[in-house]
Amino acid sequence: MPEKITIALKRGASCVGCDIAVVNFNEELFTLLSIADLVFSPTLMDVKYADLRAMPDKSITIGFYHGAVRNSDNEEFAKVMRDKCQILIAYGACAHMGGIPGLANVTTKQAIFDKVYKTTLSTINPEGIVPLEEYTDAQGHAMTLPKFYDEVFSLDDIVDVDYYVPACPPTPNMNLTILKVVKDFVTEGKPLPPKGTVIASEKTLCDECKRKRATKASMDTIHRLQEIEFDQEKCFLEQGIVCLGLATRAGCDAVCTATNMPCRGCMGPTAAVTEQGASMLSALASVYGLTSNEADMSEEQIDKLMSQILDPLGCFYRFSLPKSQLGHVVKDVE
Amino acid sequence: MSEEFKPKIIVFCCNWCSYAGADLAGVSRFQIKPHFRVVRTLCSARVDPEFILHAFKKGADGVMVLGCHPGDCHYIGGNFRTRRRVALLKIMLKQFGLHADRFRLEWVSASEGEKFAKVVNEFVGRVTALGASPFRTQAEEKKKKADAAAAAAAQPAIAGAAPAAHR
Repeated sequence: MPEKITIALKRGASCVGCDIAVVNFNEELFTLLSIADLVFSPTLMDVKYADLRAMPDKSITIGFYHGAVRNSDNEEFAKVMRDKCQILIAYGACAHMGGIPGLANVTTKQAIFDKVYKTTLSTINPEGIVPLEEYTDAQGHAMTLPKFYDEVFSLDDIVDVDYYVPACPPTPNMNLTILKVVKDFVTEGKPLPPKGTVIASEKTLCDECKRKRATKASMDTIHRLQEIEFDQEKCFLEQGIVCLGLATRAGCDAVCTATNMPCRGCMGPTAAVTEQGASMLSALASVYGLTSNEADMSEEQIDKLMSQILDPLGCFYRFSLPKSQLGHVVKDVE
Repeated sequence: MSEEFKPKIIVFCCNWCSYAGADLAGVSRFQIKPHFRVVRTLCSARVDPEFILHAFKKGADGVMVLGCHPGDCHYIGGNFRTRRRVALLKIMLKQFGLHADRFRLEWVSASEGEKFAKVVNEFVGRVTALGASPFRTQAEEKKKKADAAAAAAAQPAIAGAAPAAHR
């Protein structure tokens, strides 16, 4: 029996769903624990940050970091994890591309603080108290809070990342794939995949999706999911429901579309492109409101047609805004 | 500042119409403001929105896409696709906070050298008036910071070497 490897789980700006995804190994958790020891996981074990800091550098075989980098604490521990782990895996959509927290890149720290601590309807804060990074009380006790950044980052914006596991959260099957790779490496000495590999498919989600679709996609109207009674077998796009499947990486076995939920794009862009939003934009613009004779359409008509697609930024970059080309919203001259 | 400001502008030209139009503008010796760089693509539909976003990311102050007039595409329907994408991309660029005048789509045929010169001059003039794109300012700041960090990283080696030399 070869020596066991060690595994650490650390969260950044995360909903902790990825820790639950690890529990989703189900009975395979025993296989995992037969080849690996869990040495650090604040969600599952009684450990302290000091314990992680005290470990020798590169003493952990594989580190799973999930969650985006939102504040100085996330950044610091992303770096600590990089120092302590031989292999660092960006686990889940947030570490991979910024994920849902990354949508905060449409605004600024100031605007978020104003909203959360001052202007929401349920807030009463006449003195305008907001969290401070440093505070010393009357007795001279100094206290600190992590610095809240203006922007949300993905893990590889901060540290070198070896592998990516996309999805929100990674599915049990994706976990098994990782487990197999790790197990083959530990027990049989098989080589690991090349650095930078996204541990999923290279194709688009439509490739895995079982819904029936015409050879040439077209979309006449746009509906929200709850507005219509849709056919449970047919492609969402053809029924006027925006589904990001055609711009999204496969590898999740299309679990959402199989349960009548259109794809929201948590797997990120396919291997061939860098931009999920741009691919989805091209795809949707090419299929929406197609007429038999494009030449008859004026440019005003096209503008009007496209303006029916509300919030393309939020919809197309729902999980990948920090990793998009532009990354965040700016303020231009008036 | 605005007089000295030299914008960086990317002009995507389709091979069959607009690039030939640009050529004609050149041989006809029309005066064109020099602050633009032409990228030739086989068709305006080859210009993936990703390219345009990448140009802005890299610090372009303005991006223009030029193609054959609708109906005249060398590939029959390429520019119909382009105008659909551009319509949606405009909405998205606005959401990213960029001024609407930083991005423009125009049709320039191979015989329209004069139009090429006019369109480019107008665009360069407008973007010059708008000033640097926020993404350019940011890219330049980032570079400055990286350069400073690289210089600081080089510092200790020199500082460490100096006392040794004194001894």
